[in-house]
Amino acid sequence: MHESMLDYAQRRYLKIALVLCVLSIIAYAWHDPLSPPNGGTWLGYTLGGIGAALILWLTALGVRKRSYSSSVGTLRGWTSAHVYLGLALIVVATLHTGFQFGWNLHTLCYALMLIVIGSGIFGMVVYLRYPQLMSSNRAGAKPDVLLEEINDLDQRALRVANEMPRRFADVLRSNREGTRIGGSTRAILGGLDLSTINLPAVGGASQQVSNSEQAALLDWLGDELARSTDGDLTKRIGDLLSVVATRRNQLRRLRRDAQIRGWLEIWLYIHVPVTLALIGTLIAHVVSVFLYW
Amino acid sequence: MTTKVAIAVVGSGPGGLSAAARAAEVGVSHVLLEQTAAHSNTIQKYQKGKHVMAEPNILPLRSPMRFEAGTREKILGEWAEGLTEHKVNIRYGAEVVGISGAKGDFHLKLQDGSEVLAENVILGIGLQGNPRRLGVPGDGLPCVQYTLDDPDEYKGETIVVVGAGDAAIENAVALSKQNTVYLVNRSGEFSRCKDGNLALILKTVEAGKVICLYSTQCASLSETPGGEKPYLLSLNTSTGDMQLPCDRIIARLGATPPRKFVESCGIKFPSSDPSSLPVLSTSYESNVPGLYVIGALGGYPLIKQAMNQGYEVVEFIRGNPVAPADEPLLAAKFAGIPGHRSVSDTLQAMQQRIPLFTEVNPLMFRELLLGSTIHVLNPGDIVFKRNDYTNSFYTIFNGGVEIQIDDNNPAKRIPLMPGQFFGEMGLLSGRRRTATVLAGKDCVLIETPRRDVLKLLSSVDAARAVIDQTFIVRAIQSGFAPQAKTADLLPIAAKSKMNRYKAGQVVFSEGDEADALHLVRSGSLAVLRAVGGREIVTSYVAAGNYVGEMGLMGNTRRSATVRATVATETISLDADTFAELLQKNPALRSELEETVRQRIASNTRLQGQDNAGALISFLLKQGLGEATDVLLIDETLCVGCDNCERACAATHGGTSRLDRAAGPTFANVHVPTSCRHCEDPHCMKDCPPDAIRRSPNGEVFVGDNCIGCGNCERNCPYGVIQLAGPPPEQPSLASWLMFGSKAENVFGEVQGLGRKHHHHHHDDGHGAPKAVKKAVKCDMCKGQDGGPACVRACPTGAALRVSPEEFVAFVQQEASRF
Repeated sequence: MHESMLDYAQRRYLKIALVLCVLSIIAYAWHDPLSPPNGGTWLGYTLGGIGAALILWLTALGVRKRSYSSSVGTLRGWTSAHVYLGLALIVVATLHTGFQFGWNLHTLCYALMLIVIGSGIFGMVVYLRYPQLMSSNRAGAKPDVLLEEINDLDQRALRVANEMPRRFADVLRSNREGTRIGGSTRAILGGLDLSTINLPAVGGASQQVSNSEQAALLDWLGDELARSTDGDLTKRIGDLLSVVATRRNQLRRLRRDAQIRGWLEIWLYIHVPVTLALIGTLIAHVVSVFLYW
Repeated sequence: MTTKVAIAVVGSGPGGLSAAARAAEVGVSHVLLEQTAAHSNTIQKYQKGKHVMAEPNILPLRSPMRFEAGTREKILGEWAEGLTEHKVNIRYGAEVVGISGAKGDFHLKLQDGSEVLAENVILGIGLQGNPRRLGVPGDGLPCVQYTLDDPDEYKGETIVVVGAGDAAIENAVALSKQNTVYLVNRSGEFSRCKDGNLALILKTVEAGKVICLYSTQCASLSETPGGEKPYLLSLNTSTGDMQLPCDRIIARLGATPPRKFVESCGIKFPSSDPSSLPVLSTSYESNVPGLYVIGALGGYPLIKQAMNQGYEVVEFIRGNPVAPADEPLLAAKFAGIPGHRSVSDTLQAMQQRIPLFTEVNPLMFRELLLGSTIHVLNPGDIVFKRNDYTNSFYTIFNGGVEIQIDDNNPAKRIPLMPGQFFGEMGLLSGRRRTATVLAGKDCVLIETPRRDVLKLLSSVDAARAVIDQTFIVRAIQSGFAPQAKTADLLPIAAKSKMNRYKAGQVVFSEGDEADALHLVRSGSLAVLRAVGGREIVTSYVAAGNYVGEMGLMGNTRRSATVRATVATETISLDADTFAELLQKNPALRSELEETVRQRIASNTRLQGQDNAGALISFLLKQGLGEATDVLLIDETLCVGCDNCERACAATHGGTSRLDRAAGPTFANVHVPTSCRHCEDPHCMKDCPPDAIRRSPNGEVFVGDNCIGCGNCERNCPYGVIQLAGPPPEQPSLASWLMFGSKAENVFGEVQGLGRKHHHHHHDDGHGAPKAVKKAVKCDMCKGQDGGPACVRACPTGAALRVSPEEFVAFVQQEASRF
């Protein structure tokens, strides 16, 4: 009834891409130019022309994606074709070079193309794998629901702490203020926990320490529990420990969610700008070839 | 003090104001009685700054009072000026508690004991009714209010909200932001509110923001000068009495409908149906001579209609027969009918020729025609095609039509004569047309919208009976016995029964004697089987299909339990009647045997998949039982790019009608907040200008004549209708080229605790809206090539639309994957 972009129309575009690759390879093998194979032979021009046309058409996905009223095919079909023909471009463009590389504009153009395709392959892998992970990590709870739950847990913890010596409420408030989700691109993608907390130190002052995975807070509460001799207080510390442990689990899910969404997006920050650079270089490559070769 | 006037107008809404102003203008002695302290109470209660529309646009205004579309304040201001300008004799705080007497000598008894004598009375009291009062000593104190305009007006007060309905819950939650709020609930739970509000109040109570007193009643209220709070409310709680010092009491106890009062004046209603309307003459006179009814109470909910009627009724009383304001509109409608001479002649001919309309009172018939379209067709023209969606009903005024019941055999047609009707099946079950209808010779048809027909059916019992009987015969013909003749079916129709089930009610249980087959007329059914002590859903039956044939064909006991998923109507044929029908139609027997085989195969397949039942149950909870087309998202494919939302916004003037991330998920199937296009749409039920319609392709859409009243938004159980103002600003070109809108990606998002994530199109509904807000909802991209933009814009194939016919196949596919 419904299928992923890779399976679109019984993998029509995979078949087209394979035919294109096979034809290019056969032509390359059969072709016996006077000079060593390069972009300047008739086959070189043909492959180059196909490659350049493919690059422009592949870029057009960005426009088609936003032409919401367009009825030129479906976006799923376009994406499917984009993936398979984009992969075929590796074969077409590589044969176009005739394996002549050097420190020049032409090789730069080829290298940029490989970066774009490489990031695209990465994106495709991420698109195939991560939605499932995101769905199971969320287990039906959206990030804003998780945030609300954490807020509710904080309220609950504070209500318990208000019945306890003051340091507990202070520590919990500092925990709430010091909790970080994401923070930097590295932290988002790495799923790092940069949270901090102010814990009472010797001499009445407080000291800021890392509270990754709520570990510092859980340790502190554990120490308090071990030291407590008041039955009522012991019970309340036990309550806090369970609330904080739940909070840690929800934070972990939230961070994992941001991490997955980060990876789903980050590759586009390479794919798209490098594509624009590629088109600039491509124009320079074509112009220079026709003017100066 | 007793005065006598020629005309007493009760109620100073648009109709009453207009009537009194006309009387003042022409110097007729009159009095306008308003029970509250301000005119137009219903409109006074609109939200601040609300834009009021002047629908229907085609109708000219006939009133000494000014009225055109504008803000609530502007309109109320103009009417206040009009009252002064025309020197209208208005009495505020004059609640009429009884009307007695007869034409020329009516006695109007007021709440304060005084009496008004009048020769004629015009009732324009609307449908809002009076809010139910607290009914305890002290409920007249100024701290008791029955409405809440702006919850942000109050800060730091102790406020007691009384009631357990949606209004009480919404008020309590809104007030809890800045005040200490107690909610007094007479019962032990909240059973009268929407699910969303139930979750909201339980959460707010759990968080300690609202203190809810269950099983508690108010006992008395008193002033406590010098106390910590100005008032003291005494309560009877389940554990004893309680004294609650407070600043303010907001009672949201619903309203008493005005019908009782109207009946006490001697005015008759044609049926006990709460939506039926009093019988009125063409001059708006009720069955009590000299007692006139105008506006919403008479069935005319729009402001302009009511104002026109106010003017006209005064003219009628003065003995000036004025042609109704709609006369030129009807004349234009009828112009194309061959032989049309005058509006009144044609109206009369229609009522004589069409039995269904004979009993309808002339005023109501006019209104029906005003909403209807007249079609003058050539022989062979298609009226509608099989599988078109519909919300209209056809009657034949002249000539005839032919119903083509079998697409494979176009020659097989059932002819219909003048005076007969068709299209009622689609109308009542909100489904696709079951046959194609072609025009015959000299064909003139009246096409009437769904809402107007339903209004007719609730008021005229005779019309309802005719339509029900015909529905049954035609349902049998199109459901199982297309070859059967109407004459053969009439006795069967007489024996078949209409059954109504509430959501969740059992139609029959596993192991029961199989004594009847059920044809689902509206709603849908779930088929369940007990496996290991638990009920598991094994199948789903949409309207237009039948269930129970398995037992009738061979077994004598039901092999499964069948339950209504939503409010459902079925037509049942009992076993004996069924055997008779099969005997007459041997072809039908083999067709049914085939259906039974298919259903057994499908059930076996579904039972092999452990999770299929759980998935069906989940989807049914999300309203798929009444959906005709629903957007689902496969979370294993969705990358969260939100291109679906952007596509929706781009194709609908900048506001997305879908919220992808919102909504529940089960087993990787996500149901986003998006219109289900219900079979019998909740949103359509109470739309004053009839702006919500179903197009021929099934989509339910909001038309341009929406007045922004918000009824549909409140009625939708799935929260998919929003009132939207102008669209948000578009991202700059550069940012569009790179990544679309930055605010929507994870790196641009500021993550922080305590920060609530507001969806960008929602707003709190308070404060002064800058522009007109209209209801917006999914229209399935009506008029766009290639279908809904959300599905077309999905790059990965995660978004898909499912209709009931594909529902079971979808579940099988999904269930095999997890």
